[in-house]
Amino acid sequence: MNKVKEFNNPLIGKGPEKDVVVSSRIRLARNLENFLFPNKADRKTRSEIIAFLKNNVEVFSSDDYMFMKMDQLDNIEKELLYEKNFISAEHARENSERALVINDNISVMINEEDHLRIQIISPGLNFNELWEKIDLLDDKIEEDVDYAFSEKLGYLTSCPTNVGTGLRASAMCHLPALTLTGRLRNILGAIGKFGLTVRGVYGEGSSSSGGLYQISNQITLGHSEKEIIENLYSILGHIIYEERKSRQLLINNKYDNIKDSVQRSLGILKYSHQIEEEEALKLLAKVKFGHDTGLIEKGDVENDFFSDLLINVRPAHLQISEENIDQENLNIIRSEVIKNKLI
Amino acid sequence: MMLCDRCKKNEAVVYLTKIVNGHKQELHLCEKCAEETGHINFAPDNNLSFQKFLSGVLNSHLFENEKEIKDNNNSKSRKVCSRCGSSFEEFSQKGLFGCAECYDAFSEKLEPLMKRIHGSTYHSGKIPRKIRDTVKYRRDINKLKKLMDEAVAEENFEKAAEIRDKIRVIKNSMEED
Repeated sequence: MNKVKEFNNPLIGKGPEKDVVVSSRIRLARNLENFLFPNKADRKTRSEIIAFLKNNVEVFSSDDYMFMKMDQLDNIEKELLYEKNFISAEHARENSERALVINDNISVMINEEDHLRIQIISPGLNFNELWEKIDLLDDKIEEDVDYAFSEKLGYLTSCPTNVGTGLRASAMCHLPALTLTGRLRNILGAIGKFGLTVRGVYGEGSSSSGGLYQISNQITLGHSEKEIIENLYSILGHIIYEERKSRQLLINNKYDNIKDSVQRSLGILKYSHQIEEEEALKLLAKVKFGHDTGLIEKGDVENDFFSDLLINVRPAHLQISEENIDQENLNIIRSEVIKNKLI
Repeated sequence: MMLCDRCKKNEAVVYLTKIVNGHKQELHLCEKCAEETGHINFAPDNNLSFQKFLSGVLNSHLFENEKEIKDNNNSKSRKVCSRCGSSFEEFSQKGLFGCAECYDAFSEKLEPLMKRIHGSTYHSGKIPRKIRDTVKYRRDINKLKKLMDEAVAEENFEKAAEIRDKIRVIKNSMEED
């Protein structure tokens, strides 16, 4: 399965509003009518579920798709898939008859919490396009299987928090200015009232998160997929507007402080010899802020450095760049990988 | 500044009073030592998954009276999903159902839960292609029947007859297919 090492980073590339929305992701939870849910199914049944899907779903055997059982992969390969956001941590680490189907930015986890977790991811704010694609794939899969579906409750899922559409749409947002000005707290408080939820991406709730947040719909029942996505668009539109306004405000009123903080971050990244993941991400987020607002020279960093490094500074990705490295070396290699992107 | 009793280096921020065998013991620890000795966990609990939280909500008897708790416990242990054998208790511990039929088996208890989670108890999104037409047809008929009943209740028989004819047309067109 050497190919796993060559999979693309799905966050790289152009996308709308990428200065604020780093990436968009939609996933659908689906189950087969004729099998117990994965958490209740024994090993044999779980293995039958994999075989059933492999043998019956035509689209999975088309040329573009790669079907693999998780136990065919080594640990590094599984971690790479996790770090690239194709699979969950449980799917990478728990070995109990799980499988994965993958095609470019689409991945389908088999025997995760539900029989099927269909997921699509792309750079920038892109939910309409992602929904069109995942809707089509869902239709294709459904041609060959019977989904567990109730007229009243919609698609039936292991956990009732996903029932109905089974759809979770989430945007990874970079909100450094709203975080710095403290205005984020008000906005986040209001978000819950619109059926959305927010969590910090790194270092939950701490200031070290670098201003990265995952914003997603909480409610899956009672609204159509289009309504859920429209709701997310309108809230995100407002957040993007507020973040940009705050960035401008900061630059107008605190130019020297902000520029200093951005340049210091760049300095540490450029001249340190070893660096931990969390510190690296926090500093990279500052540099991204400086890059997006024109505070640092365009030539100082590669254009897509943030989306690239967001994944490439993570442990498994560093480990495939060299054999047999220990934790200390990991921090040295991380520092080198970053320096290469910062020119 | 009071120093930590354990490492004697950092400022003590956690003051503990332990009573072991009736013997009172006071302990002053810094954040690090308190965490290391397992007295307190400062790190955000990453394991507090939605399921665990959900099961907490389900098992919270704070606002129920004793009789309700008793009734609940009795019916909980009795009712089991006929297909997968899961009990409601199992669900409320795991936060996960065992199969699609659990939704039917525990529908009574689910109704208020769905309202709490989603603010709704009806799916209005995508329907699998295979059954899309029949589901839509049934939904249309049900809607019209409701309107017809309302018209009858209002003694607006003319309107009721109109709706009845509409229902007929839809039913006929479905049968032709």
